Amino acid sequence: MKGRVLDGAALVLADGDSVATALGDLDAGREVRDGDRTVTLADDVPFGHKFALEPLSAGETVRKYGEVIGRATEAVAAGEWVHTHNCESTRGRGDVAATEAER
Amino acid sequence: MRREFTGYRRESGRIGVRNHVAVLPTSVASSCVARGVAAEAGAWARATPHQMGASQPDAAREQTERVLVGVGRNPNVGAALVVEFGTEDIDVDDIADRIARGGTPVETLSVREVGGTAAAFQRGRTALDSLNEAAADARRESADASELVVGVECGGSDATSGIAANPAVGDACDRLVAADGTASFSETPEFIGAEHVLAERCADEETRRRLLDRVERREATADLMGVDLRGAQPSPGNQEGGLTTIEEKSLGAISKGGTTPVRGIVDYAERLPVGGGLVLMDTPGYDVESVVGKVAGGAQVIVFTTGRGSTTGNPVAPVVKVTGNPRTWERMRANMDVNAGAVVEGDATIAEAGERVFDEVLAVADGKRTGAETRRMEEFAITEVHPRELAEVRGA
Repeated sequence: MKGRVLDGAALVLADGDSVATALGDLDAGREVRDGDRTVTLADDVPFGHKFALEPLSAGETVRKYGEVIGRATEAVAAGEWVHTHNCESTRGRGDVAATEAER
Repeated sequence: MRREFTGYRRESGRIGVRNHVAVLPTSVASSCVARGVAAEAGAWARATPHQMGASQPDAAREQTERVLVGVGRNPNVGAALVVEFGTEDIDVDDIADRIARGGTPVETLSVREVGGTAAAFQRGRTALDSLNEAAADARRESADASELVVGVECGGSDATSGIAANPAVGDACDRLVAADGTASFSETPEFIGAEHVLAERCADEETRRRLLDRVERREATADLMGVDLRGAQPSPGNQEGGLTTIEEKSLGAISKGGTTPVRGIVDYAERLPVGGGLVLMDTPGYDVESVVGKVAGGAQVIVFTTGRGSTTGNPVAPVVKVTGNPRTWERMRANMDVNAGAVVEGDATIAEAGERVFDEVLAVADGKRTGAETRRMEEFAITEVHPRELAEVRGA
């Protein structure tokens, strides 16, 4: 597999990524070791979903595959589930363009 | 690594991996007759019913024509019957002539002219039987992987797509390109957020500019319609599978094309070069229309990755399903062809899974039937050109 596997439970696709992908259904409270640091899951993270490896502030870019996949819409703590409720795309936002056009 | 397979040599010089008789309706109005005639004739007759072709604006009609001609000229087609209702703007003889130019035996049928459906079924059946006789003259002969044009597609993506199935198929594409074949992937909306990675890999400046222009146009379509792409990209199913944003989906999606330089980008249903390396096609993200675009471009085989599970096929090209999700492999075994789930479970490397995909493509080219073929999954749809896109093309 491409990337770095953490405790057989999660995958970090590139160095510097701020999120890891769950390789199984992971329960809240589970500890996942990544080198020197240990991340404790704050939420249940289903198979294929992501959690933060480090704290993110609102508006900060979220990185996976060594690239930007979006930005945090609120502060996210390490170990929190990262998905559409706290991370959004910055692309293809015709809704934003339309709102701006109305102003 | 195996490189040879046997296929049907066509007058055009190209090699087909199947020997179907295509039944191509020029519009929605002749689609039912085309489907019915083909079904009565037998499994060798493959209809391509669709919704287009009736009173379309020029640019959209030309695109429909390009698809019909392209599918008729696909080397998997040994002969073709073009069916019109009789009121279409599309000229049935023009379509037939353009297909025949590639050396394919062609006949036409006009439902209204022959006196309605009963006569059309009768005449259609006679025409198909004689076309099948002509097609049956073809014999399988030895061919090389360099003669393959393989279209790559994804549908029902989840997080395993970007981790396992897409990189494995990408590895198979690298093997095909190393063997001097052509690999093509498309779905331009799924380049959004990853276009800078693809742009860096373009072989020349012209390709780079065209690629960025096409991505910008797709993104602008969302702006034109005043919609938020997030409602559809990633789809609700993608989101359930763990994909949060279009950028994330795109970065996973582009890995299915492998790592070789991008040699070019062609329009929807435009001819793909033979021996062309990695070439992109500008298509929508809707998988059925996207597959049809590449088959019309001359792809003999489609490799289709799916995380959540897809059963889709195509009337003239075999579709090889690859899943990286071990649960989908278990649940939908009969609809899947290659298991890349071992990569997620740590039991196989991407290169091992890639070799399996490549071997399967060669086996399927040689005649092995895919899950979608066995179950006659033969979806067909042609992309509409959106009115606002037309307005933009006209500079309105």
